[in-house]
Amino acid sequence: MLTQPTKSVTTPSPLGKDGMGRTLVEKIWDAHVVKSEEGFPDILYIDTHLIHEVTSPQAFDGLRKRGLPVFRPKQTVATADHNVPTLNQLQPIKEELSRYQVDMLTKNCAEFGVELYGLGHPFQGIVHVIGPELGITLPGHTIVCGDSHTSTHGAFGAIAFGIGTSQVEQVFATQCLLLSKPKTMKIEVNGELGKGVGAKDIILYIIAQISAAGGTGYFIEYAGSAIEALSMEARMTICNMSIEMGARGGLIAPDQTTFDYIKGREFAPAGAEWDKALAYWKTLYTDQNAKFDKVLTFDAADIAPMITYGTNPGMGMGILENIPATNAQPDKEQLSYQKALNYMGFDDDVSLIGKPVDYVFIGSCTNSRIEDLREVAAFVKGKHKADNVIVWIVPGSKQVEQQAINEGLDKIFENAGFQLREPGCSACLGMNEDKIPAGKYCVSTSNRNFEGRQGQNSRTLLASPLTAAAAAVTGVITDVREFLAES
Amino acid sequence: MKKFTKLTSAVVPLNIENIDTDQIIPARFLKATTRDGFGENLFRDWRYENDSQPKLDFVLNNPTYSGKILVAGKNFGCGSSREHAAWAIQDAGFDVVISSFFADIFKGNALNNGLLPVQVSERFLAQIFKAIEQDAKSPLEIDLENQTITILETGANESFEINAYKKSCLINGYDDIDFILAQKDLIVEFETP
Repeated sequence: MLTQPTKSVTTPSPLGKDGMGRTLVEKIWDAHVVKSEEGFPDILYIDTHLIHEVTSPQAFDGLRKRGLPVFRPKQTVATADHNVPTLNQLQPIKEELSRYQVDMLTKNCAEFGVELYGLGHPFQGIVHVIGPELGITLPGHTIVCGDSHTSTHGAFGAIAFGIGTSQVEQVFATQCLLLSKPKTMKIEVNGELGKGVGAKDIILYIIAQISAAGGTGYFIEYAGSAIEALSMEARMTICNMSIEMGARGGLIAPDQTTFDYIKGREFAPAGAEWDKALAYWKTLYTDQNAKFDKVLTFDAADIAPMITYGTNPGMGMGILENIPATNAQPDKEQLSYQKALNYMGFDDDVSLIGKPVDYVFIGSCTNSRIEDLREVAAFVKGKHKADNVIVWIVPGSKQVEQQAINEGLDKIFENAGFQLREPGCSACLGMNEDKIPAGKYCVSTSNRNFEGRQGQNSRTLLASPLTAAAAAVTGVITDVREFLAES
Repeated sequence: MKKFTKLTSAVVPLNIENIDTDQIIPARFLKATTRDGFGENLFRDWRYENDSQPKLDFVLNNPTYSGKILVAGKNFGCGSSREHAAWAIQDAGFDVVISSFFADIFKGNALNNGLLPVQVSERFLAQIFKAIEQDAKSPLEIDLENQTITILETGANESFEINAYKKSCLINGYDDIDFILAQKDLIVEFETP
């Protein structure tokens, strides 16, 4: 069973050395610095290390070569998610290399004493879905995983970020990372969202505004009334895609919504520990006179349901807009831009509304939580998918799957012709059998529309669960607000 | 870790922006459990038609270009944290990647493996591409000690930034784990409430 480190929970948060207030990122960072020395990166203590089958085997191997144990196995949690089939999960995995990799994780976890929520375990699921739902993800913590979408956990007011396999080995060996303190950016979204517009649209809008590289080098704090109004699931969707603008991580100050979500979860603090933790969590906010390196402000009312038309997540637009023209791009970027549109089979200056789609994928660490499934179910209840579309709904975890069944969502999906499958990363990156065929269009609630991401030569259009559900029902790209106006 | 000090080599030009790690090494090749052999799948779907026929217009299939330096457009290595991207580039024989902008995680992964990411200005990047256009074998010199990059045929040069600690790791072949392990007492002390 997981143990929660106690040190960071008891660390007070005075003002910075210069008497200035500190940002939330700085407060958490400072509370985790083991050593800070001029000319060297900080040694940063890591509270929780999440691992999965794809980016850990070489790190375990490295430990063996050095003759080292996992230094703090009780702060390490493993699950199998990237490779796993989403049908008949209890059967042996058919694909040999995937089976080998998942078996290797089981073997490594047993050898090094790491808790594994593997296939068949009631806690199994996408690593970024199970951390929060099990109460492993907590405010004020440092959380890492060999996966770039680790930024998801920042929704709880944690410093959470993806690392490479050499760093996985570092954390195994020392429970620390050598890192330079990142720059900080605040992104404020104020006002009220329009009907049919959700967290996914907010983050796709921000990325379209600042580009797929606009956040590189920064940790982002999301704030403002539109962010504060969001549920934890929605906040996770936002923080999840921080990496899609290049930011290492993104976080949101914890508040009552956060505390209510955590309380009572499997590994969350309880009793006196809860009271102590809560008192600390309430100090986790950016001080009023703290300075960010950059501040951006957006108005929620400007955001429409979003869709991407290109091959990076920054190539997104409001669903009623036309694809921007190539000659409107900076000169030296026109070649790459045209390459992207050619890949997608799209022309300059056209609308995507009415464009037929072949697949709809509702899942991934971005949008596979119970709230996403409920939203889709509420929309499709009494409707049926279009004949030309195959619809996959892949829940983020066994717990999400079970809850969907308990709430009868499985029946709604079945009646609508949507396939509810078993948990995993699935068609987000197509490491298992769930691949979009070459040339086919998939409206996907996942996070990346890179070339071939969902299968060789597949074409991905990123969107919210609602926009995906609307495309599933009509068989074409649709402005979901048309349906909402009717009801 | 592999040491790096100085390199003079012709370059392989890939003038495309936002090259993500899914292009560098597609997800279906991430099933290996060792660090070896990723080079043959580097840029797999740009190199091969239907996974088998080499695309002759792709730069890695063009015998005109060779060398230990890969030069690419801005925001190189964005996307997934897969270190396999750095392993694949290195396994394919590259020791240096040049771009005007690197994604964070890729840059860290490269440095942790002795693959040197050299960030140059947009202007200098354009000069490199132009030099290759005029002479496909135009060599570059990368001097880590002095943090300079030079187009030897024109003499044009620029200095590049690198974290001083990471620089010494590359020059000496040390890695972060050796460094942190030496401070284990401090870590245990930190953990004690």
